[in-house]
Amino acid sequence: MHRTGELYGQFQTLEQQKESATLGMWVFLITEILFFGGLFLAYTVNRHAFPTAFGVGGNMLDLNLGFFNTIVLIASSFTMAMSVWSAQTSRRKAVPAWLIATLLLGSAFLGIKVVEYKQKFDHHLIPGHNFDVTYCSRNQVACGLGDKEFADEQKEIREGIEAEKAPRMSEEEATVALNAHAQLYFSLYFGMTGLHALHMVIGAGLLLWLIFEGFKGRFDANYNTPVENIGLYWHFVDIVWIFLFPLLYLINRHLA
Amino acid sequence: MSSSQQPPLSPQPAAEQQLPKEHYLNATYGIRSWLLTTDHKRIAILYLISVTFFFFVGGIFASLIRIHLLTPSGYLVTPETYNKLFTMHGVAMIFFFLIPSIPAVLGNFLIPIMIGAKDLAFPKINLLSWYIYLVGGALVLYSFATGGLDTGWTFYTPLSSIYSNSAVTPAVIGIFINGFSSILTGLNFIITVHTMRAPGMTWFRLPLFVWAHYATSLIFILGTPVIAITLLLAGLERMFHLGFFNPAYGGDPILFQHLFWFYSHPAVYIMILPAMGVISEIIPTFARKPIFGYDFIAASSIGIAVIGFIVWAHHMFLTGQSTYSALAFSFLTFLVAVPSAVKVFNWTSTLYKGSISFDTPMLYGLGFIGLFTIGGLTGLFLACLGLDIHLHDTYFVIAHFHYIMVGGAIMGYLGGIHFWWPKITGRLYPEYLARIAAITLFVGFNLTFFPQFILGYLGMPRRYHNYPPEYQVLNVMSTAGASILALGYLLPMIYLAWSMRYGKVAGKNPWPSTGLEWTTDSPPLTENFRETPVVGWEPYDFLHRPELGLLGAVSKKPVPAHGDD
Amino acid sequence: MQSELPLYPEQASNFAPQVDGLVLFMIAVCAFFAVVICAAVIYFFFRYQRKRPDELGVPIHGDMRLEIAWIVLPFFLLMAMFGWGAAIYVDYRHTPNDTLDITVIGKQWMWKLQQPDGRREINELHVPVNRNVRLIMASEDVIHDFSVPAFRVKMDVVPGHYNTMWFRPNKPGRYHFFCSQYCGTNHAVMGGWVTVMEQDDYAKWLSRTTGSEDPVAVGQKLYSDLACATCHQPDGKGRGPSYNGLYGSHVKLADGSTVLADDSYLRESILEPNAKIVAGYQPVMPSFQGQVTEDQIAALTAYIKSLKDQAPPGKPGAAESATGKK
Repeated sequence: MHRTGELYGQFQTLEQQKESATLGMWVFLITEILFFGGLFLAYTVNRHAFPTAFGVGGNMLDLNLGFFNTIVLIASSFTMAMSVWSAQTSRRKAVPAWLIATLLLGSAFLGIKVVEYKQKFDHHLIPGHNFDVTYCSRNQVACGLGDKEFADEQKEIREGIEAEKAPRMSEEEATVALNAHAQLYFSLYFGMTGLHALHMVIGAGLLLWLIFEGFKGRFDANYNTPVENIGLYWHFVDIVWIFLFPLLYLINRHLA
Repeated sequence: MSSSQQPPLSPQPAAEQQLPKEHYLNATYGIRSWLLTTDHKRIAILYLISVTFFFFVGGIFASLIRIHLLTPSGYLVTPETYNKLFTMHGVAMIFFFLIPSIPAVLGNFLIPIMIGAKDLAFPKINLLSWYIYLVGGALVLYSFATGGLDTGWTFYTPLSSIYSNSAVTPAVIGIFINGFSSILTGLNFIITVHTMRAPGMTWFRLPLFVWAHYATSLIFILGTPVIAITLLLAGLERMFHLGFFNPAYGGDPILFQHLFWFYSHPAVYIMILPAMGVISEIIPTFARKPIFGYDFIAASSIGIAVIGFIVWAHHMFLTGQSTYSALAFSFLTFLVAVPSAVKVFNWTSTLYKGSISFDTPMLYGLGFIGLFTIGGLTGLFLACLGLDIHLHDTYFVIAHFHYIMVGGAIMGYLGGIHFWWPKITGRLYPEYLARIAAITLFVGFNLTFFPQFILGYLGMPRRYHNYPPEYQVLNVMSTAGASILALGYLLPMIYLAWSMRYGKVAGKNPWPSTGLEWTTDSPPLTENFRETPVVGWEPYDFLHRPELGLLGAVSKKPVPAHGDD
Repeated sequence: MQSELPLYPEQASNFAPQVDGLVLFMIAVCAFFAVVICAAVIYFFFRYQRKRPDELGVPIHGDMRLEIAWIVLPFFLLMAMFGWGAAIYVDYRHTPNDTLDITVIGKQWMWKLQQPDGRREINELHVPVNRNVRLIMASEDVIHDFSVPAFRVKMDVVPGHYNTMWFRPNKPGRYHFFCSQYCGTNHAVMGGWVTVMEQDDYAKWLSRTTGSEDPVAVGQKLYSDLACATCHQPDGKGRGPSYNGLYGSHVKLADGSTVLADDSYLRESILEPNAKIVAGYQPVMPSFQGQVTEDQIAALTAYIKSLKDQAPPGKPGAAESATGKK
């Protein structure tokens, strides 16, 4: 086994090795763009088809938590960049310190995601599992809504049902349609944020390995490729969230 | 043909040729040294064994299909079983044989050597690719064994996500996983070609085989993630009753088709571009002259990869999409024919004033040109909107894609296996038997698939377990051809295996050919080269390579390299 | 027809000659190129055979003029192919205004087709010749495709969408239609026949029954229209048994066995009359296979069932029925 930083057998020079690793990470990130891209396309197509239902779904997301998570993730990209800079300027001790900060921020993000997901579970918004978008408009206490919020919710659902009404469609049919389209929204919500969260978990694992190596003092101006490349990965995951947040949380948002 | 008075025209190794003392096959022993290898050549052999296995699986299904179709109300299998047979034939052949075949076997083996490197950029990821392929394959085999798969390899929804009662879920998960094998291989090839070329090996001195694989790798990395996410969504829909593609929940089956074909059309270029790369190596070697139009063939590979991404909806002309969209996709599909035609014209022109031999790889190469031409031209029929109305989903389509995938890709694969067999094993295959097999394949193939063009124009739809009696004559002809085709495939399996032990020792460069790989031992060392080569010659330059021992070759005055570094 | 190998289906619609003309053009051009390439390959292969084992070929790296020529010339040919095909397709996708509209529902594994006046058919489509016909199609389950090779037309039938296609049949006859999008187990047998009739015949056929009426009345009309009345007279003295009191009774057959006269028996008697011969009658009834639809069999069954309480002939109380029509 090779120690981190040594020249691998297939390469001629360290420079070739570094160039390969970096180009490799960039190409990998391009594949990730295509991977998420399919979901973004599905979201866009369906948003266009069912704007009101998607608006109803989007308004059920917690804007405060989502916004907080956005700040957390941007901050984590900053700490990651600081870690890379530390490595490039041979501040060996600072490298794992900044990485730990990144990991903590990333974990905070994931923790808040868990809170959000639990909330969806409580509000009967898990697709395929007793999904009912009208639940909170009929269960004020169970959803922890204040009076004004509850009234707003009912108005929201009412508008959603109205928008679904095609000619000769009954109230029940329109409600079923709204539920179906809202379920589509939440399927995409969980799909996209879930895939993103999975990438963050993998990123957290990579950070742990980097911290471990960083404590050994492995990274300096001569050799910092893993820090740079995992930094690239982390920034990518951050950028995906920058797109997810407005698409899922902000479009058609009714501010109180 | 050679007579006893004239020296033979085919390679004859010197009497005392021996295998090199140390090479990649005997460098280490034991099953662990193979299963944990990071040597790209050993990984290529591992892939060779696995893709051959899946070829058998897919081939058995094909044989059952053709036997069943001997009679209009086929009595061999039930309708349910028939539907599983054609589905599993497609899945096994496309995802587990055709897509990996040339890149993972020949590409893995040759690309590092062709560019003067010791291995790919990421050897461990290369091994990981093979294991991912095995896991995906195991899941798909599990699906075959526990209920089978009857959705068609195209998995159209809502049939696959809701109505089918077969083992869809493990199959789509298996194909999803297998996609990562492709992605990692493509990534590996791209980085390798960018960063691992030996000194003097500029982009425009690269063998066209490498250009072809570079273009293929672009498709690997850009297209495969999309099929991955699509199958994931279809699988989730099936498992959790979600509604992406189910109209009852507001979903759209046509969205599935767009997402599916966005990958699956470029996928067919994944299957043919490497074969074209093989042909681009074979023709110059056996005509003993440089390829005609190197720049154009290289550019056309990239052109096919790029344009191939924007034609996918030609599979959907009759879904009710907008007429404007159909016009655009038809136009682009005609456009993608141009780079393929450029290649065919250039290969043919290479033969002009060549010094041509009958060797088996050349037979495969010429067979490829003929069959790929027919396959490609019949693609034009399908690109043509007015004709597609009549021909869509008929046997014409089946004939078209089998001409390309079997007449083209598999011929290219077999041609490549024969061409590089001496390099891979150090031994020559028996030439006489091999020529017979090649001709048998060519004849059997045409007999099998040409009648299907007519069947298609007559209106016989595809994926039919029964058919109206007026289609029987052509079906019988097709099955008769298939039996000859099967024989043509069995022969190489036998004599290639035989040659590994009893074939004549080949020596470094039996043909001879001009690539870097032919300067190494046969079989090569694990690290390929004792010293890193420095490349000072243009590709396919027989004239300036006196060391190959050919008449009239002269030493070259040093000239600046053509193209970028 | 089997003695000569057919290369193309009958031409029975306005699109057929257009499509066949285009395919002949494509075959001509493509065959030309295929022959040129194959001839060149074969010619070069033999003309430039290696004469001595160490012979070299003549190095020719390329020719820009040739490259441009064989990019530009094929491009124009390709555009011609594209244009011609596009013209047919645009015409096909642009339904004229004066169509006879048929509603088509595809489901696993049958087709339900409905004429403008409401009359329904199953796996059968009757259309008049020389009229523009539009099919408005939907699916109840998975994606299907309605294709008529003799007309050179087809269109996918997609759940959640309405797809339309049009054609103008120009030759009376019976033509296969197929399901052309794999849809599950019985995809291959989910087909039927399009019957193109002269316009008068179509009008007559249409007037036999209209819309969804009382099946007994429909059956009774069929009883006379299809000439069942000729043999199956109420007094049982015709060449076939009477329907009075038939349904639900036990019928004695010519070979001595007995069978219950239920729906299946009636259906079988219409489609395979010689399967079970009633004692005392000759096997002279022709089969109506291919001449009656499922709906019509159901209607006839309903009519025969409506007579089950009538006294059968030869029993006390049997009266000459006034309903027997000649």
